[in-house]
Amino acid sequence: MRVALFITCVNDTLFPGTGKAVVSLLRRLGCDVDFPAAQTCCGQMHVNTGYRDEGVRLARHFTEVFAGYDAIVAPSGSCAAMVREQYPKLVQPGSRGAAAVAEVAPKVYDLSEFLLDVLKIDDVGAYFPHRVTYHPTCHSLRSLHLGERPTRLLRNVRGLELIPLGGADECCGFGGTFAVKNPAVSAAMCADKVRNVLDTGAEVLCAADNSCLMHIGGTMKRQRTGVRIMHLAEILAATEER
Amino acid sequence: MSGTFLGMPGGFPANAAVAVQDSQLRYNLRKATHTIRGKRVKAVEELPDWMELRAAGKAIKDHTLRHLDRYLLQMEEAVTRAGGTVHWARDAAEANRIVTDLVKATGEREVVKVKSMATQEIGLNEHLAAEGITAYETDLAELIVQLGEDFPSHFLVPAIHRNRSEIREIFLGKMAEWGRPAPPDLTDDPPALADAARLHLRERFLASKVAVSGGNFMIAETGTLVVLESEGNGRMCLTLPETLISVVGIEKLLPTWRDLEVFLQLLPRSSTAERMNPYTSTWTGSAEGQDFHLVLLDNGRTGVLADEVGRQALRCIRCSACLNVCPVYERTGGHAYGSVYPGPIGAILTPLLRGFDTELDASLPYASSLCGACFDACPVAIDIPEVLVDLRAKVPHGRVERAGMKVAGWVLNNEVRLAKAQRLATRFRKLVPKRLPGPLSAWTDTRDLPDIPEESFRDWWERTRRSERSGRPRNEGGRGVSEER
Amino acid sequence: MDTGAMGAREEILGRIRAAVKGAPDVEIPRDYRTSVTVADPVGLFAERLDDYRAIVHVVPAADVDAKVAELTEGKRMVVPGERAWTRDELAAADGVVTGCAIAIAETGTIVLDTRQGERAQTLLPDYHLCLVRADQIVGGVPDAVARLDPARPLTWISGPSATSDIELNRVEGVHGPRTLEVIIST
Repeated sequence: MRVALFITCVNDTLFPGTGKAVVSLLRRLGCDVDFPAAQTCCGQMHVNTGYRDEGVRLARHFTEVFAGYDAIVAPSGSCAAMVREQYPKLVQPGSRGAAAVAEVAPKVYDLSEFLLDVLKIDDVGAYFPHRVTYHPTCHSLRSLHLGERPTRLLRNVRGLELIPLGGADECCGFGGTFAVKNPAVSAAMCADKVRNVLDTGAEVLCAADNSCLMHIGGTMKRQRTGVRIMHLAEILAATEER
Repeated sequence: MSGTFLGMPGGFPANAAVAVQDSQLRYNLRKATHTIRGKRVKAVEELPDWMELRAAGKAIKDHTLRHLDRYLLQMEEAVTRAGGTVHWARDAAEANRIVTDLVKATGEREVVKVKSMATQEIGLNEHLAAEGITAYETDLAELIVQLGEDFPSHFLVPAIHRNRSEIREIFLGKMAEWGRPAPPDLTDDPPALADAARLHLRERFLASKVAVSGGNFMIAETGTLVVLESEGNGRMCLTLPETLISVVGIEKLLPTWRDLEVFLQLLPRSSTAERMNPYTSTWTGSAEGQDFHLVLLDNGRTGVLADEVGRQALRCIRCSACLNVCPVYERTGGHAYGSVYPGPIGAILTPLLRGFDTELDASLPYASSLCGACFDACPVAIDIPEVLVDLRAKVPHGRVERAGMKVAGWVLNNEVRLAKAQRLATRFRKLVPKRLPGPLSAWTDTRDLPDIPEESFRDWWERTRRSERSGRPRNEGGRGVSEER
Repeated sequence: MDTGAMGAREEILGRIRAAVKGAPDVEIPRDYRTSVTVADPVGLFAERLDDYRAIVHVVPAADVDAKVAELTEGKRMVVPGERAWTRDELAAADGVVTGCAIAIAETGTIVLDTRQGERAQTLLPDYHLCLVRADQIVGGVPDAVARLDPARPLTWISGPSATSDIELNRVEGVHGPRTLEVIIST
């Protein structure tokens, strides 16, 4: 199986550790991972902010870069949802690039989907002896319908104590440019999310999207809460002999 | 009360920034929305065929909208045959004129009103007042809003922003000006407040000769109007007065009587989370000898219908489930949206109906984090995030933002440019200020920035692959080498 | 109807036709339960009424008269059809006793279709005693819609008058009858 890593522009630029973790994890599970170097960005920011033309250009670029792979794995529920759920509407049937979208989009998986649905693995042999709470993130929850997949993986991590997060399904207030366009509401939403995280007493806040984690983590850091943020891939990549 | 919402300059973000500072409002909204959320999920999960009802509801509405001309004519014929009179109103001014003339023709100077979004949308009460006619709101929450000289902030519970003690203050202070005063020993116990409203309005119901209502549904096949309510004020208004005038948006049509079997299940469970609302009244034409007038209202709806993506907003049955689950609405309340249609549905419906002419209306499509909770909760499957994103593509963008997005698009559309930009960021990573300037300060006001790593992922991949090819042991990556954040 | 109004009618219809031109038609899937089967209609109906805080009695048909007499003893009851009632009489009465057109088990709903009395008669008195025969109870909403005649004004009643207008919490008793009592005859 030819597996491509779709790193996403945010992870590429700001969270390379997550990408390294995905590579390490998938290699450990026997996958040969390729990183198509021409990849850039899925175009979500442009489309969701109202710049559809730029978004369509990026979508076409994406489908050209990732054509021919059996599976495309992204450590981001939001970017995976953008490609899989939004591309078919963005690049209208019959228009240029629509055929490539129809071919590529269904092969894009969030990491936890790939592990559970494609590799059929729910115990990745990870070890992480910490108290962790999990924020499911909106697009993972309501666009990709990841459901229990990420927490199933976390429950099988040795040493890990998973603490349920109150109001887990509520948005953290990131929303891409929403955080800048409506900063007051965004901050108010994040304040409630942070309060819920702190109520768990967890050491680590985990999610499958670094954008949301960057938002919640940035607020928690400003407030000196001492709670770390970690992408799901980084916890799953951690082993006893690290 | 004035017919227009007074917004702050700066549109929704400015209104919202004020609203989120109001801790009483935040508390009231949080309490109310969180109460209803859990109940709605329970009411919906109780039905084994909810998703099938939702699919049918969506399709019935879409089908009706596709043939709206035909069904409106069928409705007109059926109502006329049953002794009612049908009027057509292109816009708010025309609808207001029709209603005013009808009221004047009765010689009455007072009307009782059943809660109605359509008459709020057209500012009927204010128009009637200017013509010397007093409109008395009879729904408890509308009464609270009217007495408090306030604006509605929710479809179902227009006074959701008020808590019980505020309601008590309003009743004690204002009821006497409008009719029977509140009992001086009124407490803030909800049953006591409800009783005060009952006593205050009782004589009004018995004396009123003209009522104005909206309608939840109209059945084209039979000419039947349908009103769902809880308190009995609707029954009072629909039954007792000699003249009944119903102002109904043209999109409220359903083709057949049978279609009600779908919507009488979808609406109560989505709105009040009940198996059924306490009272539903249906009537066809002149019932029990009443003089009945139906005013069919366009007021921008045909414009929405012409929008291929946006027309799904006309499926809306005003249940308010999207408001109740919306994290933005929960923090800002309804007033920030500057329209009788607040919340997620308002963020699309208001600009669809009114356009982007004001700063407020142009900001509404951005009043969402696109979290998708509204779409999930919608009983007629309006993909609100899809319409929001579509409207964002249509709304005029600011010059600075346009330039910034163009540059970002140029960088992101080419891996070499992206890599160069990343290396530039890496080189100056220590120089990134704690507080960003300009519009980006909105981020750093409340959040720290993530540290920029020493090396982007793509550079790491390239470097380690090179070393692999030259035979040196490969850097395994993973947590061991992940960056400190 | 004046010409201005006719103009509005034609203009609105014209705008609609222009707006939907070329749009595809939509099939209506009816995969939901078009008829609802309930194992114990009387039991479920009674339970659902109770959830609305209505008072429920299940009695054998032969005992209904005695039960009505017991419940209405000493009360000035409106009996529709007995004679004409003025609005003031209705408002001053202690209660009203009626039958129903149909009842729905799954939602605890009673439907009146004016054959039980004019709408005002079941609205103004503060107490409504409703007699429901077991054979009038259908399973779900679709069953009721199919059996009702829209030409008659219908009143669907699900529990006593209530409001959720204060903090979105349900409170019983606003403008309609504050007490709903139901006798189900089996």
